Amino acid sequence: MAIWFARSRNIVSSLRHNLNLSGILVQRDHSPRHAFTNSQLSSRSVFLDSFTSLRHESTAVEKQLDLVQQSDEEDPQELNFPGGKVGYTSELKFIPESSSRRVPCYRVLDENGRIIPDSDFIPVSEKLAVRMYEHMATLQVMDHIFYEAQRQGRISFYITTVGEEAVNIASAAALAPDDVVLPQYREPGVLLWRGFTLQEFANQCFGNKADHGKGRQMPVHYGSNRHSYFTVSSPIATQLPQAAGVGYSLKMEKKNACAVTFIGDGGTSEGDFHAGLNFAAVMEAPVVFICRNNGWAISTHISEQFRSDGIVVKGQAYGIRSIRVDGNDALAIYSAVRSAREMAVKEQRPVLIEAMTYRVGHHSTSDDSTKYRAADEIQYWKMSRNPVNRFRKWVEDNGWWSEEDESKLRSDARKQLLQAIQAAEKSEKPPLTELFSDVYDVKTKNLEEQELGLKELVEKQPQDYPPGFHI
Amino acid sequence: MWGILRRSAVDGGGFSSSSLGKTRFALVSARSYAAGSKEMTVRDALNSAIDEEMSADPKVFVMGEEVGQYQGAYKITKGLLEKYGPERVYDTPITEAGFTGIGVGAAYAGLKPVVEFMTFNFSMQAIDHIINSAAKSNYMSAGQINVPIVFRGPNGAAAGVGAQHSQCYAAWYASVPGLKVLAPYSAEDARGLLKAAIRDPDPVVFLENELLYGESFPISEEALDSSFCLPIGKAKIEREGKDVTITTFSKMVGFALKAAEKLAEEGISAEVINLRSIRPLDRATINASVRKTSRLVTVEEGFPQHGVCAEICASVVEESFSYLDAPVERIAGADVPMPYAANLERLALPQVEDIVRAAKRACYRSK
Repeated sequence: MAIWFARSRNIVSSLRHNLNLSGILVQRDHSPRHAFTNSQLSSRSVFLDSFTSLRHESTAVEKQLDLVQQSDEEDPQELNFPGGKVGYTSELKFIPESSSRRVPCYRVLDENGRIIPDSDFIPVSEKLAVRMYEHMATLQVMDHIFYEAQRQGRISFYITTVGEEAVNIASAAALAPDDVVLPQYREPGVLLWRGFTLQEFANQCFGNKADHGKGRQMPVHYGSNRHSYFTVSSPIATQLPQAAGVGYSLKMEKKNACAVTFIGDGGTSEGDFHAGLNFAAVMEAPVVFICRNNGWAISTHISEQFRSDGIVVKGQAYGIRSIRVDGNDALAIYSAVRSAREMAVKEQRPVLIEAMTYRVGHHSTSDDSTKYRAADEIQYWKMSRNPVNRFRKWVEDNGWWSEEDESKLRSDARKQLLQAIQAAEKSEKPPLTELFSDVYDVKTKNLEEQELGLKELVEKQPQDYPPGFHI
Repeated sequence: MWGILRRSAVDGGGFSSSSLGKTRFALVSARSYAAGSKEMTVRDALNSAIDEEMSADPKVFVMGEEVGQYQGAYKITKGLLEKYGPERVYDTPITEAGFTGIGVGAAYAGLKPVVEFMTFNFSMQAIDHIINSAAKSNYMSAGQINVPIVFRGPNGAAAGVGAQHSQCYAAWYASVPGLKVLAPYSAEDARGLLKAAIRDPDPVVFLENELLYGESFPISEEALDSSFCLPIGKAKIEREGKDVTITTFSKMVGFALKAAEKLAEEGISAEVINLRSIRPLDRATINASVRKTSRLVTVEEGFPQHGVCAEICASVVEESFSYLDAPVERIAGADVPMPYAANLERLALPQVEDIVRAAKRACYRSK
């Protein structure tokens, strides 16, 4: 029997050689004992069956196999399927639903703002560090004042970034100005870093004449071509496949830039998350996907959002390099985003960053999060895990920042913001001509007619139109 | 061949030699009329339009399922992969939401994608990107983000493809400000409108028809030139007439022309308007025609409620009420999901006889 088996092996290997087949033959070479538990007759018939089926399949698979390099030393313990070779196993074993150990979180600063010994990170100069801190503090003041303005009824709506200042500012600091940013809605810090002024923010929130958005959008839907920051779009996750498209465009035009897009933990449930990441990987587009995992999607806790170990593990499913970072550690975010950006541009590939953080504020001014989460949980994160305080400690320990600098910055920012709000509030609303422009590149005839009709009406009945409503 | 116009008791008119001379209808007459005139299928017209625009502008690229290696699900993109390579003729994975989003993103960044939907029925999976992103971005960003994208593919009923493959989306997309919606009929329409769509800086929804792809139409030298372009927002009077105005688009134009032939035999001179552009709608041409004929029959394949015909009727009633001699007539598909069985499918779509009947109703009703 052993001889028969050896002979059949030789026949098979010569068949392989002649018919240019390899690996499609499923033979239990590794456990010859099992082949002989049946009678010799049935073994032979099994052999004959596989022989004829080989012949039958040869013409069909040959074309495919031509793509695979042939070698006589080929390991018979691998299977050739569309997509490449895979080793096989006879053990009936499932990949577990989760790893025994969660993916660790990259961090550089401890909670007291001290650099953890032997940390791997990109050094930040005094100038850059102070600038980053100033922006984080300014963002805090801005959020506070605009939130209050909404509560006073002066603007209709606002979304704060409280608790996520490090993700916002440190990631922006790590990017190049030409990198195209497609935000979700909790990243005004990126725009602030790039030079959008407090007055410009206020103008958008008030929808006045000076608003770059011509009063077309709800508050916080900022956008600026000049700053390579795409206008915030309300539907969730649509920016992800769009970012892949922007990345593709940058790749085709061989630009030294990447697309950077933000998403929350909740947004990763959208179909567009799958499409965006899958496509970016297939197209080899230079895109950095930054997921702000802040624990809450309005009232939906992450335990109800997914059953995976967060978002970082999903990267590998798409063939995308990924990292989990402490989102409240500005230095860690800076290093991670900077490295990711370099990889994306130099290697023309997407990268995924999961920034672990916490949404200290409510989802928006239309939400009261104390209704679905404990007030002391919010307090804990606000006081003990505050990213701004943590970074401040490091900057102060280096002797780059003082108490005086702090109070000066905060009072200056506050003053500027209050002035900006006053000016924005007093400013006129956009003129009537802006109602009909930009629907198309050039106004169509029916729009021109409608505009004319409305102008005439306003002139004829001025008493029906509120003060400040002008042509 | 032209038919003899008999006097009709209703319109009191008779021969109108000027309208005879100007009458043009696509197939039979022109073939024997113009010696050596070329013909082209709608498929070739679309293919040549995309080819020429890609050649003229390196930012134009095509994406969709099966557009590359397979040469296009309906062979519209045949030969383009060989000519322009995989970067400009991109075979996408099966996710309309995904590749539409990518197309919009690429358009945001300055490229000019031509996104193919295997059928517009599948565009519903991507409709948020088309409407909330592509259509509204220029307005919402106050002119900072324009989206020079074209969404194209077969629309409306084919033959025996059932409910989920037969819906007409003209009314849905045409209701959205920020989009332009075009529906070609002939090869010349296909070439001129697709070239105009690709060159247009606004997002354009380009509704083709699967059953027209193989149909041949005569095409002029002018239309074969690579700079040929038709204006967006202008309808075409396919056949002049003076008794009743029939407006329609896409495949129904052919039916309307056949109906006009039949009506001519009975002494009714029908004016057939090929809309070409659903948004912006050429209300001026439609109303001018109705003011001439005093009667309106509007035809479409799609569902009747809130359809393109409803909009045309409203426009005519608003602007030309005193000119109307009869109530406006609407012919649309049956208000049911499209059935599969051939006999039922035929009953669910407008046929030439329906158009003829409606026109006659409009003509006799004034008594």
